[in-house]
Amino acid sequence: MSAEQFLNELKRIYPADRLLTRNAQLVPYESDGLTAFRAKPAGVVLPITQREVIDTVKVCHRHKVPFMARGSGTSLSGGSVPHEGGLVIALNRLNKLLMYDARNRVAVVEPGIINLKVSQVAANDKLYYAPDPSSGPVCTIGGNIAFNSGGAHCLKYGMTSNHVLGIKAVLPDGEICQFGSDSLEGCGPDLTGMFIGSEGLFGVALEVTLRLLPKPEVYHTVQAAYDSLEKAGDAVSLVVASGLLPGAMEIMDHISMEAANVAVDAGYPADAKAMLIVELEGPAEEVEAEKPRLHDLIKQSGAYLVHVAQSEAERYKIWTGRKSAFSAVGRLSPDFIVQDGVVPRSKLGKALAEIVKISESYGIRVANVFHAGDGNLHPLIMYDGRQPHALERAEELAGEILKMCIALGGSITGEHGVGLEKRSYIAGQFGEQDIDFMRRIRRSVDPEEIANRGKKLPEAGAPSLMSHGAHPLEKAGIISRM
Amino acid sequence: MNSPTTLSELCDAVKSLPQVRVIGGGTKPALSAGANLSTAKLSGILEYDPTEYTFTALAGTTLSEVREVLGKDGLALPFDPPFVEAGGTLGGSVAAGLSGPGRMRYGGLREFILGAKLVTGEGRVVFGGGKVVKNAAGFDIPKLMVGSLGRLGVLVELTFKVFPRPATYATVKIEYADLAAADQAMTALAMSQAEVSCLDLDPSGTLWARVGGLSTATDNRVARVLSIATGGTPTVLKGDNDERIWSDAREFRWMPAEHGLIKLPIAPSQVLDVERLIKPLNTIIPRRYSVGGNVCWLAWPETLPSRQLDELCRMLARPAVALSGNFDSPLRARASANAFEKRLFAVFDPAGKLA
Repeated sequence: MSAEQFLNELKRIYPADRLLTRNAQLVPYESDGLTAFRAKPAGVVLPITQREVIDTVKVCHRHKVPFMARGSGTSLSGGSVPHEGGLVIALNRLNKLLMYDARNRVAVVEPGIINLKVSQVAANDKLYYAPDPSSGPVCTIGGNIAFNSGGAHCLKYGMTSNHVLGIKAVLPDGEICQFGSDSLEGCGPDLTGMFIGSEGLFGVALEVTLRLLPKPEVYHTVQAAYDSLEKAGDAVSLVVASGLLPGAMEIMDHISMEAANVAVDAGYPADAKAMLIVELEGPAEEVEAEKPRLHDLIKQSGAYLVHVAQSEAERYKIWTGRKSAFSAVGRLSPDFIVQDGVVPRSKLGKALAEIVKISESYGIRVANVFHAGDGNLHPLIMYDGRQPHALERAEELAGEILKMCIALGGSITGEHGVGLEKRSYIAGQFGEQDIDFMRRIRRSVDPEEIANRGKKLPEAGAPSLMSHGAHPLEKAGIISRM
Repeated sequence: MNSPTTLSELCDAVKSLPQVRVIGGGTKPALSAGANLSTAKLSGILEYDPTEYTFTALAGTTLSEVREVLGKDGLALPFDPPFVEAGGTLGGSVAAGLSGPGRMRYGGLREFILGAKLVTGEGRVVFGGGKVVKNAAGFDIPKLMVGSLGRLGVLVELTFKVFPRPATYATVKIEYADLAAADQAMTALAMSQAEVSCLDLDPSGTLWARVGGLSTATDNRVARVLSIATGGTPTVLKGDNDERIWSDAREFRWMPAEHGLIKLPIAPSQVLDVERLIKPLNTIIPRRYSVGGNVCWLAWPETLPSRQLDELCRMLARPAVALSGNFDSPLRARASANAFEKRLFAVFDPAGKLA
């Protein structure tokens, strides 16, 4: 069967405006949030029904054409970079809210729905969808499922997987499967849990049952400035040891604060070497009781400036600054790589000192923002892709950080996934035998390896095209990560 | 009975046995019937640092040991595993996929398992997940083990996330005139911002709501619960009286002898449906709704045929799992394995040795 036949079969499913094959139409789909990787697909389809997705997967399977399901393309690990010559199934238009049930506290959605939209739908009932990746206003639930996305509130609430009760999926050969249900409890192996975080290797989610939680009644958001990163890190240890369980604990270093101030006027103290954001949340009476304890701890930790958000608007501003850190750093450097390795919390100080050392030895600037409560680092490695070998050196530095995370007993990724960029490091975390077993799982589910081929596991045949600079659409002035 | 003391002995046992059925503490006899491999000697906490909120232990470690060790540092497993006093193990809890009433607040076992080492049907050692609180690398094999009933692998070593245990708990017990009124109050509490830790319901119309936090907030938290769940006769229980309610629930002390324990996951809106369907059976079936109506625990009389349970499950369109009692298979009314599951079984246990 030829490429022409393949396209003809797709034409039977899609009208011309939802089957993109012209060069100019394909450019936006060449890369994702990690712009260093780029590959050109043979085509992009824009399904609006689940049936179309299923039929598309079947056509790909028949023709052995690799496909990749894509949401908003915000992956930071190259997870939604297409396979060269493969098909992109862009799911943004498969975005319906199929069912919302406040009483049972669940919502059933299609994969293209925007993360934040779910919470907006539930807001009237004071319910919300807890996972809050920084890209929440644009990223899709389907993408969140593929990468088991996290966010700032994972210590208390866990990652995406903890908030998905059921999935209807199409496997890479077109088989339809239903996992889980709308109950918090289940019977039999947790297939939903296994599907989540599989980075598209097990097929495409068509329908997702999300667990909603009552929105915390009040928040108490505290910003504390320190004259050293170590002190901010120690403050986290103090809070953890106290028995308090804040919803979030985030640390930003000097460079990332400066960037956020410039980019979104975050109003962070300009002279601080580190800033800690701690957020208590819950029933008003409980938070009221916890406040003095938290403030004692912050005082003990040697913060020289403490600011408490006095209104929802102020809280929003604090979080906007934090969540825009990635794109803000983009103003300080033409290119950057962001990593999301995890270390045991008690080794945060050691890890940060090590990153400074590595950064100095490479002569490359690294900004640090991290989910301190989970030991989840986010070093932003700045480089200029127009300089010869700059990307290679930045990647080498990133690799050093990943190896350090493994050596400290952590993980190469807390929430961004392995994608394309960390494939060569995963074996360091798991060992060849475990990787081989994962490969066997993959091949058992998808013998032809057509679903998101070349991601997650170290395998040959993956795209490794590299480039630099902004996303093609950013260059064209159409989108902006600000 | 094989009782391996090391990982290599365990691998050898799995390789040499034609069929493998694992027993941990034996607290869920319907799952361990005919067991020929015991994890009793694979016990003990291997890694634990209270400041990390994680620990790693061998699968045969008892829940009571875990509770004691964590308790010294003010920590606990937030999913509140059942059968602590009965001698349940970590491995058994994972394989059975069991969480207790305390799962209401922060989620179930699946939310707190971080890593798993297991031996597959082929006798291969596989590790999945991680030992830190956040990890997105590799397939989520630890989660797949939750509820697997030992059919995908023999669990060897498990890593969990833990949380600080609230300094104080209090329980509001409210008696209502009928179940419908209690069910309504339960829904109101579950949807509220009161953040209850446990929310259980007895079909007679008794509702228990537990709140946990700092002692200085307890009275206000209790008052809040009472302001939401109105219309009944409340009693406030503190200290040992509070503890006893939940220890009894966790250990299923309400279950009479000669009954089998059934876990029937439902949607909260199905509580009254379950009642309606049970009535025509004309048999006393002791039961309790937990986790805000997300699970119905049934004590199934041994005299009542299992097909009636299957029928009940089918009418509710919900599968169930039998933990004890006379059942030919623990999974009830569950659709046969779907394609994804079959393809996983083909890798974890190609010869069907663990089936």
